[in-house]
Amino acid sequence: MRRLLLLVLLCLPGFAAAGKWSGNLALEGRLFFDQPTDPVQHGDNLSLSFEPQYYQGWDNGRQSFTLVPFVRLDQGDNKRSHADIRELTWLKASDGWELRAGIRRVFWGVTEAVHLVDIINQTDQVENLDGEDKLGQPMLNLALIRDWGTLDLFVLPGFRERSFPGREGRVRLNPVVDPDQAVFESGDGNHHVDFAARWGKTLGNWDVGVSHFSGTSRDPGFIPGNNATGEPVLIPVYPLIDQTGLELQFTGETWLWKLEAIRRRGQGQTYLAATGGFEYSFYGVFGSAADLGVIGELIWDERGGDAPTPFARDLLTGFRLALNDVQSSELLVGAITDLDDGSVFLNIEASRRLGSNYKASLELRGFPNLDADAPLGPFRKDGHLRLELARYF
Amino acid sequence: MKKPVWLLTLSLLVPSPYFLPVAHALTPEERGLELAQEMDRRDTGWGDMKSEMLMVLRNKHGQESTRRLRGRSLEVTGDGDKSLSIFDEPADVKGTAFLSFTHATQPDDQWLYLPALKRVKRIASANKSGPFMGSEFAYEDLSSQEVEKYTYKWLRKEDVGGRAVHVLERYPVDKNSGYTRQIAWVDEIMYQPIKVEFYDRKDSLLKTLTFHDYKQYLDHFWRPDRMEMVNHQTGKSTTLSWSGYEFKAGLSDADFDKNALKRAR
Repeated sequence: MRRLLLLVLLCLPGFAAAGKWSGNLALEGRLFFDQPTDPVQHGDNLSLSFEPQYYQGWDNGRQSFTLVPFVRLDQGDNKRSHADIRELTWLKASDGWELRAGIRRVFWGVTEAVHLVDIINQTDQVENLDGEDKLGQPMLNLALIRDWGTLDLFVLPGFRERSFPGREGRVRLNPVVDPDQAVFESGDGNHHVDFAARWGKTLGNWDVGVSHFSGTSRDPGFIPGNNATGEPVLIPVYPLIDQTGLELQFTGETWLWKLEAIRRRGQGQTYLAATGGFEYSFYGVFGSAADLGVIGELIWDERGGDAPTPFARDLLTGFRLALNDVQSSELLVGAITDLDDGSVFLNIEASRRLGSNYKASLELRGFPNLDADAPLGPFRKDGHLRLELARYF
Repeated sequence: MKKPVWLLTLSLLVPSPYFLPVAHALTPEERGLELAQEMDRRDTGWGDMKSEMLMVLRNKHGQESTRRLRGRSLEVTGDGDKSLSIFDEPADVKGTAFLSFTHATQPDDQWLYLPALKRVKRIASANKSGPFMGSEFAYEDLSSQEVEKYTYKWLRKEDVGGRAVHVLERYPVDKNSGYTRQIAWVDEIMYQPIKVEFYDRKDSLLKTLTFHDYKQYLDHFWRPDRMEMVNHQTGKSTTLSWSGYEFKAGLSDADFDKNALKRAR
């Protein structure tokens, strides 16, 4: 990783010229509806995050340097107070290929409820329950852009371990996860070099992606253990896996049809999992400029009730409303229902720009109708309202 | 694009209007189509283009908000153009990029890049009539104007401030269009519109667009410095100012693919 940084720094001619800074500073408040499962966990909580972004392009935009550090200070959870390099990348683009070296985030996938195929980056779990915040991953990435599609090749040195809320933190598993005792299948521990490749192409109304990943699973399993003071903890276990992924999207005039499927080997028994569904859009609803999208997705995991994921046989139903107003007001309402036990995970997200530089967002996460022994059982006391005010610059 | 051979053969058998005796006057529809084709022909050959766009949105109380974008376009012969728009303001959408492959008769292909999630999303293209960034411009007002997107009717010739202007009515072919018809005032020297009236689905006057301060680039291509869109039904308006026009900037297909979306700044 140090050598990679050196390479990035050596490739920075013209860096003396001033680049562009942008980013955001955000104040977050979380209001919890119930007393926590574990009395040491915090109640209502304030948090401050800062994500500046530096960009310097040259060579007519064909080369660039990007730096995105991230830092959060959290009132109640010292593990959620953390810093990360989200991006530190040198990019060189040419006709037919692009080379990226450094730390980056990469997203693969098409669906909304779960992201099965997405595997390059580790989840920054302390940030948000939805797992959409990712830690920066060191990589060397060559993209070949040809008539037959785009082939992305990745060398991924330096494994990033998942971040977990601390003992006082919420929302967390119970007992608490102890990342310091993490177990790796690879003899190289968290220094195993992973490889990945993805081919993608647009064929008329279809967008197709086929990928393969070989390396340390981003998704840990857990074994019960004890910490130094003898208290029970969960110890993350990172096996070596091979995962093949498929992404498919059909884009019609008002319909989107989506499918993601994976086959994973090395994490317990080899298994298949898939998710897919649709999004149908109504434009200009209620005689206004607003768009309404109706979303339905099924989630299926071959392992059924034995799957370590809470979403093994689930149905997402929801809608997305975009007012298309000056403030870009948006609302997303979704419910993921477990088809086996009927438990429901409720998610509401809304956002609106205030003035020209502020954005307010609201998230409501609820777990109505949840048994203690359901897969999401540990979270049943963690329903909360999250409010964020961000200043963009 | 080459026409299929059978079409060529067919055109030899069926005389086109040009081969008819001069006495046979063109119908208003034929004349309208001819005008649209001439506008298209005169604006062919620009290759590729960069520009910067400032939008000022005004509500009926006069409150303003601004949008800043950079645009890149690539001319595609035989099909609609490719375009890439990069958002600079408002700050919360900075880095968002929109890629569009317009097609003359087929629905456009459109992708949106969301920088916070690093996600490229292919989006449905039926949303022609939706407002662009909360402005009074609809997506269809800003996308590349292909001849085949409308049927036409030439109405009359007018004198506007001493200039000869053709008044052309056009009817969107796409059923998802927000308009029943548009009336365009086309300058006879530039073969560019100086004013367009938009009529909504109920055929009421919805908006008027005026074009200001045309300048000629590469001694050939006319582009306005400013466009004013006024919505008569809501009292809102949007001013769109263009700057930094750069033709033949050396852009190629590689600058208009899904990967380019991710690195667009």
